[in-house]
Amino acid sequence: MDVLLHYFDNVDWADIWVATGDTLLMLSTSLFFTVLVGLPLGILLFLFSPRQLLEQKATYGVLAFIVNAIRSLPFIILLIVMIPTTIFITGTSLGVAGAIPPLVVGASTFFARLVETALREVDRGIIEATQAMGATTRQIIVKALLPEAKPGIIAAITVTAIALVGYTAMAGVVGAGGLGDLAIRYGYQRFQDDVMVVTVVMLIVLVQILQTIGDKLVTHYSRK
Amino acid sequence: MIEFHNVHKTYRVAGKEIPALHPTSLRVENGQVFGLIGHSGAGKSTLLRLINRLEQPSGGQIHVDGEEVTALDANGLRRFRQQVGMIFQHFNLLASKTVADNVALPLTLAGELSRKAIDQRVAELLARVGLSEHAKKYPAQLSGGQKQRVGIARALATKPKILLCDEATSALDPQTTASVLKLLAEINRELKLTIVLITHEMDVIRRVCDQVAVMDAGVIVEQGSVTDVFLHPKHPTTKRFVQEADQVDEGEQHDVFAHVPGRIVRLTFQGESTYAPLLGTVARETGVDYSILAGRIDHIKDTPYGQLTLAITGGDMEAAFARFTAADVHMEVLR
Repeated sequence: MDVLLHYFDNVDWADIWVATGDTLLMLSTSLFFTVLVGLPLGILLFLFSPRQLLEQKATYGVLAFIVNAIRSLPFIILLIVMIPTTIFITGTSLGVAGAIPPLVVGASTFFARLVETALREVDRGIIEATQAMGATTRQIIVKALLPEAKPGIIAAITVTAIALVGYTAMAGVVGAGGLGDLAIRYGYQRFQDDVMVVTVVMLIVLVQILQTIGDKLVTHYSRK
Repeated sequence: MIEFHNVHKTYRVAGKEIPALHPTSLRVENGQVFGLIGHSGAGKSTLLRLINRLEQPSGGQIHVDGEEVTALDANGLRRFRQQVGMIFQHFNLLASKTVADNVALPLTLAGELSRKAIDQRVAELLARVGLSEHAKKYPAQLSGGQKQRVGIARALATKPKILLCDEATSALDPQTTASVLKLLAEINRELKLTIVLITHEMDVIRRVCDQVAVMDAGVIVEQGSVTDVFLHPKHPTTKRFVQEADQVDEGEQHDVFAHVPGRIVRLTFQGESTYAPLLGTVARETGVDYSILAGRIDHIKDTPYGQLTLAITGGDMEAAFARFTAADVHMEVLR
């Protein structure tokens, strides 16, 4: 019993809760902006892509290239490359505020591709039927495509949220804190296995919760 | 009235021009049920989609009730499409919306009615297709026939003048097909709606259509009233469709009849003559004997018809033939 009690000696629970709070703050803020930016971007990618409603080869090519270029950068590099932009947007490149812009840029390109795929999963017949009703492109998107793709988009948000949990671990580089940062600085660099174990467990629990909520919502909105 | 003037359509596939519809002129009168039959790839689907410009024509003009559809701009086209309902082989209902919301969709998109008026119209439509108690269900909870009824209700929502049916019964079993076709015939009669349907089944044409056009390789090869085309097919493609519907193979039939003595004729009765006691009368008066080799009595839409293949022996055969020809009967001497 004593061994067990003393095993967690290095763990400062106050630090853990602060780190958990930072992770949750970064996650929720960046997820919100990721959806805000990524959803329209995904819709545009879908619309401009070959054989779709607004097929535009050149525009699609440029958009796809930018998205691919951002996605090919490792997040840690993106974090550093973006420092000037981050300062321009938030006024600082440090802390939680300094981490949000790179998190959003990194995740929204990823999310946009998932949205594009989810929209492509919608039966072309649905588009044809709404066109035949005299719908505008805007109406087709809002009244038909998005409702039909809703389960797919919710699944995409879930996957993106979990990817963001991973990204936030690296945000410690700019002093944003969070569970991942705690695991790296204490668990890894100071060989405090107990801190490592606690943060990892917290992260696992967080990911499990996100996945469960996501799955429940997908099931709730699936009518197939 | 739907009119096509030299309308044609070519697709560009990998730099090559592939003709889907050769220059075609066509006229569909108001209130008609017009059937287009052809094998897959015959161009019937292209022709149907040209009517509401889901396909853009490569040339020619399309007029609907005097309005040039091919000249409409984006706004005009949207307004025009609201007057043309369409149903599909795979129904194309929104899985995420209830039956009632699916039917309401064209009205919501048009944005002319209040929510209350829409609800009322949806209730009317669902009652019309016999699905009132399913209003709150999702399409996945319905059978194929019910889904198509939702499709029909949705297509009728904006009170269109024209209904386009894209293989509307091809995914349904025979019984369901019959009930959906019956519904279409009722709608045509009661709402005076012009219906253009495409199918690869002659039986569908026989049950509901007034006029039919047979398509093969992007060309209308035969066209006319269903009774004429069905009973006296001329083009090989048409003959094949009719035989498929009758489930007889002419060549095979000739072999089977090879040993039968006498002349072989085929009589086609149509309308009231179907019920006249012609055979017995002629046999008595001319002294011929007949045996029935094959026969079918049925109706095409509302017209009864009979088609009998007879072997005729003895008596005054020429007189018998003259009597048949004189009567309201079409006679073909097969041998």
